[in-house]
Amino acid sequence: MTVSPRAIAVAAPIAVGVLVLLAWQAACRLWHIPPYLMPAPTDIGASLAANGPALLHALRSTLAVTMAALAISVAGGVLSAFLLVQSRLIETSLMPYVIIMQVTPIVAIAPLIIILVKATMPALVVCATLIAIFPIISNTLQGLRSVDPGLESFFRMHKASRLQMLLRLRIPSALPMFMAGLRISSGLALVGAVVAEFVAGTGGSSAGLAYEILQSGFQMDIPRMFAALALITVAGLVLYGATAALQRLVLRRWQAQG
Amino acid sequence: MLAPAPTIHLQSVEKVFPNGVRGLAPLDLAVGQGELVSLIGPSGCGKSTLLKLIANLHQPSGGAVRWWGEDFSAIGREGRRLSFVFQDPTLMPWSNVATNVRLPLDLDGVPRAQAEARIMPALRQVGLEHAAKRYPAQLSGGMRMRVSIARALVTRPDLLLMDEPFGALDEFTRNRLDEDMARLCARDGLTTIFVTHSLYEAAFLSSRVIVMAADPGRIHAEYVIDPGMPRDEAFRMSDAFARICRDLTALLSEVSPRRAGEEGI
Ligand SMILES: Nc1ncnc2c1ncn2[C@@H]1O[C@H](COP(=O)(O)OP(=O)(O)OP(=O)(O)O)[C@@H](O)[C@H]1O
Ligand SMILES: [Mg+2]
Repeated sequence: MTVSPRAIAVAAPIAVGVLVLLAWQAACRLWHIPPYLMPAPTDIGASLAANGPALLHALRSTLAVTMAALAISVAGGVLSAFLLVQSRLIETSLMPYVIIMQVTPIVAIAPLIIILVKATMPALVVCATLIAIFPIISNTLQGLRSVDPGLESFFRMHKASRLQMLLRLRIPSALPMFMAGLRISSGLALVGAVVAEFVAGTGGSSAGLAYEILQSGFQMDIPRMFAALALITVAGLVLYGATAALQRLVLRRWQAQG
Repeated sequence: MLAPAPTIHLQSVEKVFPNGVRGLAPLDLAVGQGELVSLIGPSGCGKSTLLKLIANLHQPSGGAVRWWGEDFSAIGREGRRLSFVFQDPTLMPWSNVATNVRLPLDLDGVPRAQAEARIMPALRQVGLEHAAKRYPAQLSGGMRMRVSIARALVTRPDLLLMDEPFGALDEFTRNRLDEDMARLCARDGLTTIFVTHSLYEAAFLSSRVIVMAADPGRIHAEYVIDPGMPRDEAFRMSDAFARICRDLTALLSEVSPRRAGEEGI
């Protein structure tokens, strides 16, 4: 019997994960490591079950910030790229500021944003957006510039209008680079949301998973900390998978091999 | 009898690039209706530059290009259509073959239904009617080039400009496409200007071969081939073809960079 490479690609990482979890569980039980030092996977599972509603509420909160930041990044990033590509002058005057925004560590300016933007949710979204928007801008810009010069000549020779150039040449040409940017940004939006929550440290009804982690730390509830961490990881994986699937769907035709 | 204006007329056309490189020295060239003229010469002698001037993709630094005795604004009208085939297929990878072929009609504002009706005949001319729904990534290099030619033919051009269209293909495919081209051009009386690196291709297709020389780009010689000869496999095997190739080889050796006193590789 032969196993398809696709099945191996799914089964092999799962097998590794199961083995690591088993080893982890065994080590904790064998050496009687107390849960407040290193909880066993079953302890984390139990905590996840016990604190389910609270953790899920926090997850929803974090995801709301993430998705809002991602949406604003896509809209704002694409608009910025279109603006920057209009002329060399606009690009050379504005690009340094885009880069300054990118290289400034968000943790350093997050407190400022949280003071400036009074409401918690919008403040978190602004922080996460600042982290997530850059790959969209730079990738879309590069995509808009990556037009095949021959095709561009062809359009010009047929006296194509600016609108035709945009809709039938520039936007489709930029799509692969944009999709790659979106994939990076979706991960960064989650990172941004969690970092912003850490800095803000806000509880209440809009408390996110970062707040859960902080709280669990104060209370030395390490299994709950791991449970929150596991939820962040799963959320990240789902986001990555969703954008990767979207990328494949959008680009499937012009990368088709057979 | 008063001769009609030539399809293409270059009068003392010169091209100096913004960086000071002299692409073409002033040259004159007239191409008449139904001619198949090929441009041949060493790399850098200005073949592509000349073709782009004729396609209005470059502006001459001196002299004037006339199309059917008029300026470029006349291009695109009935009887004044121009198509350009690039060295690469330059297809839109996000569109299927049919949409790629329809592109020039869309850009020229041909109504959709009318444009759709012209796709299949154009694809049939290059033997690709079965591939209309496929995407460029699913085609071989030769098939992509044929799509590119179908896209050029779909506008029913009166003048076809081709810049080394088959340069990247293997000899076998290239010969087959050359035969197809010869048949199409003869049938439609299409005026064609064809850039090539291959003197065999030039000998096979042309009614006139322009041999160019470099530094600065200029016309070195012209070689006329009887257009009455049928361009088929038998022609390729004939003594006449061998003689044409010999003559062209002699002309090309006169303009080869080594002969002109430049360094070889
Ligand atoms: N946009 C440009 N700017 C400056 N110089 C150019 C430009 N395009 C071409 N040239 C120069 O003009 C000369 C002729 O170039 P051209 O591309 O027409 O040659 P060619 O005969 O088509 O060569 P090949 O057979 O290699 O395609 C070369 O010296 C080239 O370096
Ligand atoms: Mg060239």
